[in-house]
Amino acid sequence: MQSKTTCKNNTNITPDLFTFIEPGTMDADLLTRPSLSYWKDAMRRYRKNKVAMAATLILAIIVLLAIFAPILSPFTFDENNWSISNQGPTREHPFGTDNLGRDLWVRCWEGARVSLSIGVLVALVNATLGILYGGISGFVGGRTDLIMMRICEVIGAVPQMLWVTLLVIVLKPGFLPIILALSATGWIGMARLFRGQVFSIKESEFVMASRCLGTGKLWIIFKHLVPNAISPILTSMAFAIPGAIFAEAFLSYIGLGLPLPLASWGNLSSNGANVFLTYPYQLIFPSILICITMLCFTLIGDALRDALDPRMRK
Amino acid sequence: MLKYTIKRFLSMILTLFMIATLTFFLMNAVPGDPFSLDRDTPKVIRDALNQKYGLDRPVFERYLTYMGQLLKGDFGMSMRLKGQSVVGRVTKTMPVSAVVGLGGVLVGVVIGVLFGIIAALKNGKTFDYFVIIAAILGVSIPNFVFATLFQRLFAVDLRWLPVAGYKGFTYLILPIMAAAMQNIAFYARMLRSSMLDVLHQDYILTAKSKGLSRKSIILKHVLRNSLLPLVTSFGPMLAGVLTGNFVIEKIYNIPGIGQAMIMAIQGSDYMMIMGLTIMFSFITVFMYFVVDILYGIVDPRIRIR
Repeated sequence: MQSKTTCKNNTNITPDLFTFIEPGTMDADLLTRPSLSYWKDAMRRYRKNKVAMAATLILAIIVLLAIFAPILSPFTFDENNWSISNQGPTREHPFGTDNLGRDLWVRCWEGARVSLSIGVLVALVNATLGILYGGISGFVGGRTDLIMMRICEVIGAVPQMLWVTLLVIVLKPGFLPIILALSATGWIGMARLFRGQVFSIKESEFVMASRCLGTGKLWIIFKHLVPNAISPILTSMAFAIPGAIFAEAFLSYIGLGLPLPLASWGNLSSNGANVFLTYPYQLIFPSILICITMLCFTLIGDALRDALDPRMRK
Repeated sequence: MLKYTIKRFLSMILTLFMIATLTFFLMNAVPGDPFSLDRDTPKVIRDALNQKYGLDRPVFERYLTYMGQLLKGDFGMSMRLKGQSVVGRVTKTMPVSAVVGLGGVLVGVVIGVLFGIIAALKNGKTFDYFVIIAAILGVSIPNFVFATLFQRLFAVDLRWLPVAGYKGFTYLILPIMAAAMQNIAFYARMLRSSMLDVLHQDYILTAKSKGLSRKSIILKHVLRNSLLPLVTSFGPMLAGVLTGNFVIEKIYNIPGIGQAMIMAIQGSDYMMIMGLTIMFSFITVFMYFVVDILYGIVDPRIRIR
């Protein structure tokens, strides 16, 4: 009956058209392509993203210059030379000199060391604290969760920069105090984010299996929950680094930055802003560096989010 | 809705109390007393000053007095500016900051939202790419760079607008522009993505298959739903206005609350720092409260929880 309705044009399907397939020639369960691990897959997608690769390259150059430029230059970042103060860019001093005749090329890269370390350290500390706090809060749940989130809410209710300002006043401006102040308030975002992730993962069977085997809470958090929430964690860390660099610059502008002669992008640009109308290059160079770094981290963060999320796979 | 409002109100009061406590003890953890910075102040004068500000009494006693004063709306007296109370200083500087800050938010939201909408509707076309690039650039450039560049370009080189100060409308244009730049970038990005998200929802497809015109789909269905995240962003945004403008107020020499804070920090005026911080926090927490209630009104799903 069916052959009559569907095949009208003399297509006669006769039984001899059908043949038996040798067993074993069609391996439907065999994969045709080699399997990719999660990381390989993510890396492949990340590498395909040209913008992100360009941003990574530029960032790598900035990091290399931050490491080597101060070593290779004949000048040091805190060496005064009154005879050449406030000189514009020359062959000897590519970024010019500041009001005390210090070489701005070296100072900018010394500042890159400081600013980038602040950014990376703060992002790492924030992530660790946030994961611990959010993980415990989300995993234990119940009243513990309620109280822990309440504390988060109180700290998070005040603009972050106000807490940071207060803490830096208490601790006195400096490299470690700034990191401490930024970490003391910055983990809240990560804690909230990770807690949300924990809530959605903790009911999974593999977590239950692990609990049945008697695994400890911290082990479960770091061994099972963190790897499964790694995508939002990494993405938010990529955005936390420029945030910390911004915050350091803000502190410098309100007079709580690193004390001179130490250099950071924040205090370089805030000092440059004071003489911007007469010596614009003193602001332009450090702020261009800040902008490029910000841009790179923003682009890398966007690309990471796309690369690490399997749902974005095309 | 009333129950929800009361619940939020009570939790706001609790938050305010904890913030005030935390700030008080933090400020009291600052090593040395506020007057030790002055050169050779005779001991008699220092004792008198300590007595005047109650610094000779134990911390906990001071804490109770301070909290009592806060309840009466007294945030203390400045330690540097003679006869100036924190509240007086805030009422004098607040309106100035509000004009610049809200101006920046308003300009930023309007332009940003417009850009975001057009970019989403022209998804994949030149204007869309322009908005994406401009938005990423806008987020990456710190506001002090915008502020100094605008000052140089429009005030010093072109001489169109005054360089700094606060004497009239023309003085406000540059600071508001500088404050608006990041908001424009932020809102353009946010609205573009939330709009694209809504455009792919099933109910839009339903609306299309009902035969509604593109115009009415966008106005009635897409816009209303994609503007929702805007409301939640207002709380943190308005909070950011207050602190974000520290730098802009400094660069343009605007006598706002940010300048007051910077002056207090640079003069180690602890009473003022403490008072301003608590005041800032109160304003922020109150904003969050208002935004939450607004959100409850706009989005019925919230208040049912």
